[in-house]
Amino acid sequence: MSETVSRRDFFKISGSAVAGVGLAVSGVASGAAEAAVNTSANLPYPHKPIAHLKGMKVNVPVSFLYPDQASPCVAIRTGKPVPGGVGPDNDIVAYSVQCTHQGCPVSYDSAEKSFKCPCHFSMFDAEKQGQVICGQAPTKLPQIVLEYDAKSDSVSAVSVIGLIYGRQANIL
Amino acid sequence: MSNDRLVLPPVNSQKTNLACHFCIVGCGYHVYKWPENKEGGKSPAQNALKLDFRKQLPAFSVIATKAQQTVVADKDGSRHNVLVVPDKECVVNEGGGSWRGLHMASYMYSADKQPNARLTHPRMHTGDQWLETDWRQALALYAGVTKKILDNKGPREIAFDTFDHGGAGGGFENTWGTGKLMFTALQTPLVRIHNRPSYNSECHATRDMGIMELNNSYEDAEVADCIMSIGNNPYEAQTNYFLYHWMPNLNGGSMDKKKKWFGNENISEGRIIYVDPRKTTSISISESVAPDRVLHLDIQPGTDTALFNGLFTYVVAQGWIDRNFIAKRTKGFDEAASANKMSLEECSKITGVSVAKLTQAAEWAYKPKADGKMKRTMHAYEKGIIWGNDNYLIQSSLLNLVIATHNVGGRRGTGCVRMGGHQEGYARPPHPTGEKLYNDQEIIAGKGMIYTAWAANPFQSTCNTEQFREVVLRRSQIVKEAMQKNRGATTEQMVDVIYDAIANKGGLFVVAINLYPTMLEQAAHLLLPAAHPGEINLTSMNGERRLRLSQKFMDAPGSAKADSLIAADIANTLKAMYKAEGNAKMADRFKGFEWKSEEDAFNDGFRMQGAKDVGGVIHSQGGDTGNLATYALLASAGNNGVQLPIKEVKHGKLIGTDMLYTDKFGTDDGLAHFQASPWQGLLPAVQGQKNKYRFWINSGRVNEAWQTMYHEQEASNGYAAETKERWPMAPLEISPQDAQELGIASGDIVEVFNDYGSTYSMAYIVPTMKRNQVFMQFGHFNGVMGDVTTEAVDRNIIPYYKGAWASLRKVSSGEYKNTVSFKSRLYTV
Repeated sequence: MSETVSRRDFFKISGSAVAGVGLAVSGVASGAAEAAVNTSANLPYPHKPIAHLKGMKVNVPVSFLYPDQASPCVAIRTGKPVPGGVGPDNDIVAYSVQCTHQGCPVSYDSAEKSFKCPCHFSMFDAEKQGQVICGQAPTKLPQIVLEYDAKSDSVSAVSVIGLIYGRQANIL
Repeated sequence: MSNDRLVLPPVNSQKTNLACHFCIVGCGYHVYKWPENKEGGKSPAQNALKLDFRKQLPAFSVIATKAQQTVVADKDGSRHNVLVVPDKECVVNEGGGSWRGLHMASYMYSADKQPNARLTHPRMHTGDQWLETDWRQALALYAGVTKKILDNKGPREIAFDTFDHGGAGGGFENTWGTGKLMFTALQTPLVRIHNRPSYNSECHATRDMGIMELNNSYEDAEVADCIMSIGNNPYEAQTNYFLYHWMPNLNGGSMDKKKKWFGNENISEGRIIYVDPRKTTSISISESVAPDRVLHLDIQPGTDTALFNGLFTYVVAQGWIDRNFIAKRTKGFDEAASANKMSLEECSKITGVSVAKLTQAAEWAYKPKADGKMKRTMHAYEKGIIWGNDNYLIQSSLLNLVIATHNVGGRRGTGCVRMGGHQEGYARPPHPTGEKLYNDQEIIAGKGMIYTAWAANPFQSTCNTEQFREVVLRRSQIVKEAMQKNRGATTEQMVDVIYDAIANKGGLFVVAINLYPTMLEQAAHLLLPAAHPGEINLTSMNGERRLRLSQKFMDAPGSAKADSLIAADIANTLKAMYKAEGNAKMADRFKGFEWKSEEDAFNDGFRMQGAKDVGGVIHSQGGDTGNLATYALLASAGNNGVQLPIKEVKHGKLIGTDMLYTDKFGTDDGLAHFQASPWQGLLPAVQGQKNKYRFWINSGRVNEAWQTMYHEQEASNGYAAETKERWPMAPLEISPQDAQELGIASGDIVEVFNDYGSTYSMAYIVPTMKRNQVFMQFGHFNGVMGDVTTEAVDRNIIPYYKGAWASLRKVSSGEYKNTVSFKSRLYTV
């Protein structure tokens, strides 16, 4: 079962005293064009702890499921500050590992710090917010927005930038 | 719109067919369109995709990303959601999509007016500023200047630079409309094609030998014993042809088909031989799939002719040729074999490829199988040859080898084909004089008075670009200054002012007809807004001659319109002008443009070749049976269309041709003609550059970018801007050793310069690059590679774009290293 958090709860969590919010929650763009019903509000993303920093080794992927059990993701501590990175070194990032092209599972290449898809050979840069290095995937790998709480040393997933493969919306 | 949600098409959405705008493969897509305030449900019964979005879809269910969705507005103000989805039933792409095609929706003009640089109405330059105007005034000016030139100087001063292809910025309707205007009505010979400085074929030699360059089907790549890929990087340039038709052969996925087609003949998983100086993404992917069945002949630049002459000589000596076929269906073998004789040792010395590798290639491609049957080897080439060192010679040498080994002429799994750039879509009257004019040099020499760049951008894509651009800008400025001095002039008076500047002062009146202003805006005096597929109906054929109708699904922005109808407007305006002055003879030249729609242009051109009741000849890729294709039949044929030439219409279905030359070749005697083509070294102008400069500047495409990146150039946000985020400047692939020596890091701005010109690029360090060789993206608006190419051409005025040598210099360390990925683009496992 997927964890569900109400929209109100989500904002409460976001607004609490957490350190190192890596990315602004993206999603709502210009107002005038927003006539379609499902684009007018943020999705009710769960707040989900995924790891403790002290348990994360540099460049060793940590698997987790987010925002629900059907969506595999991977977090990486890259070892140096990267765009969107959280934690004391701004080096922790996470991505959906379903290729945005046809949904094949991408694998993490620790030498390149990139994700590679074996189906049509798309590659994504883990250190550049999932940018396509080369390939057919028409959009970046969806980036899981993380928060790091220094007090508890925990890394949590709080939302997603970009549409996860095979979904109408990231929250089913 | 949110980036984490899609608006699903309701079940009753409008659904139309669209072949991809961009590369020659022409993948099939469906366009769903429905009112903006409606939305399909998540259950399969509630959405037009018939998919269950209540749960996570498994891989390969569909490609439906945010890049494929937009909101458009029609002329009546109504707003609609649009979703562009690859067609699973299309035999070309089987549901696959490329980065380029999957961005089509993002490139369509949105209800919120993105990409915002799109031309929506004609624009006139008034000396020092642009003024948006209407078609009536724009046409009066264009036709007025044109008529004055025609009446006083004749048609040779009316220059065009225009498309000859299919897909966006082309298509059978539009090549016909423009062709009829230029060649039948105006009768000007001063016409060049969008990517080269003359009016000519890129495949002259192969046609002279009797073999049109698109002569097999994509399925043949699935069943070949071996594919010889020459100067061609299909993963990046013909993506889904490579993924859906080459890969199944290499990975063994097509073995069942081989068994079915070839019965008891020995078969095995396919092999690929790549001829390319550079290790490309196609090679690395192929090696990751089947390392033992991939061979890379990394020849020295410009030595293809020597390679094929060496292999030809070797296979003849080994007896790996089809003597029976040579005797029955060809001529000139002995002369060519003797003229092109070259030992493998000499071949190795020139190409830099070891004799062992050359021998292995010959064995893979040409040594008869254990059962004695000839190998089925498909040869596929593109710009490495076409824009190589003497196009005519290379093609002759390649075709000699192909013909001798019977790898063209009806056997499935063979064929000698260009891979192609755009889709094709040629239907035009013949060139009025047949002259081989080097148009760029004519313009540089001060000839031509009006220059119309029609869906073309020579400022980013011709050879010797810098000089050409400089001359056009200088000559354009003469006209601008004259216009500036005549404030308050009426259109008629302005025609006289412009004419004086171009006839007496060396000026050039520059007109661009395009989706966007492009870099031509700097020189232009008039910009006319055109439309692209989806906004208009358009027919094109892909690299296996598959003709499809891309259907209109939305209105073009503002008063933008199809090129065929712009051509008709110009012709009809000129006709009216001549009629008004009582010149019936000239008015008659501009007749036959009474078209109300793109379909009228299609029926007037493509469907008329061979028809008895029309005067004059039409050169159409549809041939004499083009008349069988109607819009209605093509609409029902969907994204699978029909492969040209059409054989018949059976039970309302178009029946086509999968392979050419099964019985005779395209010569008067029906025989394939060998041609002597001995190796002659580099073209002299290029050899001179090589002697002077250290770095060979190879050039070509990168996967994500299409052509000159016209859609992205001004895109500032949304998915349309993503390609520019990835490639903000033309990348320059360079070896780590050379980079270190010059103090260059990935992301640095590097000047590329020689005595022809100078341009800038973004360094991208690639460990597999050879020393003293770099690769630069071609055609980018930010870093024009053509600036450092020479004016060297072959006998048919095909340029040697790949023959540039230059120096490199680090300019600065920019911000790119923070925003752009510089990781290896070569896929490995």
